[in-house]
Amino acid sequence: MRRGLVLGALGIAAIAAAGFGVTSATPIDSSPLAGLAGDPAKGEIVFIASGCASCHAAPDTEGDAKLVLAGGQRFASDFGTFIAPNISSDPEAGIGAWSLEDFASAVKKGVSPDGQHYYPAFPYTAYSLMSDQDVVDLWAFWQTLPADATPSQPHEVGFPFNIRRSVGVWKLLYMTDDWVMAEAATPEIELGRYLVEALAHCGECHTPRDALGGLDRSAWLAGAPNPTGRGTIPSLTPEDLTWGPIEIAYYLETGFTPDFDSAGGHMVAVVENFAKLPASDREAVAAYLKALP
Amino acid sequence: MKKHLAAAVAFAALGCGTAAMAQTDFSAELKARQGQFRIMAINLGILGGMAQGKTEYNAEAAQAAADTLVAISMVQQTPMWPAGSDNMSIDGTRAQPTIWEQNDDFLSKWGDFGTAAKAIQAAAAGGVEGLGPVMGQVGGTCSACHDTHRAPAN
Ligand code: HEC
Ligand code: HEC
Ligand code: HEC
Repeated sequence: MRRGLVLGALGIAAIAAAGFGVTSATPIDSSPLAGLAGDPAKGEIVFIASGCASCHAAPDTEGDAKLVLAGGQRFASDFGTFIAPNISSDPEAGIGAWSLEDFASAVKKGVSPDGQHYYPAFPYTAYSLMSDQDVVDLWAFWQTLPADATPSQPHEVGFPFNIRRSVGVWKLLYMTDDWVMAEAATPEIELGRYLVEALAHCGECHTPRDALGGLDRSAWLAGAPNPTGRGTIPSLTPEDLTWGPIEIAYYLETGFTPDFDSAGGHMVAVVENFAKLPASDREAVAAYLKALP
Repeated sequence: MKKHLAAAVAFAALGCGTAAMAQTDFSAELKARQGQFRIMAINLGILGGMAQGKTEYNAEAAQAAADTLVAISMVQQTPMWPAGSDNMSIDGTRAQPTIWEQNDDFLSKWGDFGTAAKAIQAAAAGGVEGLGPVMGQVGGTCSACHDTHRAPAN
């Protein structure tokens, strides 16, 4: 039923695309960015919470080497393997020659400077909810990052997914400006919602996907098969994750579960990042998870 | 799982009883290695509870827990990780094939845990203030290994 609906919508979207060219990539409206001044210190917090380095640092780097965003990590999916590009400040190999508008279009709209769609392996579907001020701060922080000349590698993706234009159809189906949690009851939950749904893109791993690889928002954070091997990425809904808010915040800080098992897999990088954020951010995420239906 | 099946077929063909199966399902090794991790978690929990202020600090209890961590770190690992006991071959384990493919890395991460256990052993009786930082160090070595070599649970 659901799948039928999605495929039906895809058909309609494809026809619309063919007819009206709606799959073309439009860059961001830059006017809201114009008056904003960037603060690199605040941008660093956005950078850490968003986990940019977790994907764009070279494979197996640690510590400060993670700030060299040379790319090269591989992300397997049902559609092929994506390889994170170099987004260091190198003007040739990286994005050093980009403008703020180029950067904001990439992060918030998944559109490249030459008007192509990016694949959603780059989690811009979450970052689309990033505030304009945070994008501007992030870009200010970018100016402090080192350059690296390692060239980006091509993705290993076959037909028809190698046609970037088809991503335009996908975006019509899955890009939205709406929060999953429509009402945030307190300012703390609102901050948690921003961290979980926009910056830290928790849903990318903890929410199941449908046949087209889009997040099934009706099962938000309800757990998903591990995309790279066996096992299940656990559910975070209050029904399944029975830990209290203090325990959730402690896990995000230390990786320790209430019975002192220690986090593994892709969650390790998330914990590494969250350990560097203010305690109030971890508490806000916990409050948000506890407020989920 | 596959291996399990193949073994079952082979034994059936030979007319062997089920008792012989215990040899190939690695249940003893799985119990031993999973049990050792539980001992680690329980003792870390004693130290963590004190560090968090959930339980009152007690130098003797802290020392005993830390000593236990060091003792476990000296248990030889190889016999508990026979080839074919990874999670692609059998059920009941979260051990990734990387443990055998990159065995040096696995053993060096086990060694890192041993080093951190010694640090917590040295700090344990010295007061609650010293526990927090070494807890973090130990936890880092647990996660570093779970990161690559342990799959999420089912
Ligand atoms: C889950 C992994 C992941 C995370 C997290 C991630 N990216 Fe990416 N990013 C990718 C992948 C994969 C691509 C390639 C997309 C494509 O080619 O269509 C990409 C592409 C990009 C590009 C385009 C580069 C180019 O050469 O055109 C930019 C810019 C970028 N990311 C910036 C960021 C920023 C900023 C963040 C953090 C706010 C971030 N990324 C977080 C995986 C990630
Ligand atoms: C050198 C690698 C390594 C290190 C270091 C390590 N672990 Fe593990 N751990 C594993 C593997 C692999 C498994 C999965 C074993 C299996 O299922 O057969 C595991 C499983 C576990 C389990 C689940 C046991 C069960 O009941 O099935 C717990 C709890 C655990 N580890 C806690 C810890 C703690 C706490 C630390 C640090 C003090 C730690 N581990 C350090 C590799 C490691
Ligand atoms: C890149 C993928 C990924 C992202 C992003 C991610 N997680 Fe996880 N998460 C995992 C995996 C994998 C596990 C299982 C860890 C293990 O095997 O020990 C996990 C485990 C957890 C657990 C422990 C649950 C349990 O029952 O043991 C919590 C809590 C959690 N994640 C919260 C979050 C929050 C909050 C975010 C966003 C801030 C987030 N995760 C983002 C992959 C991810």
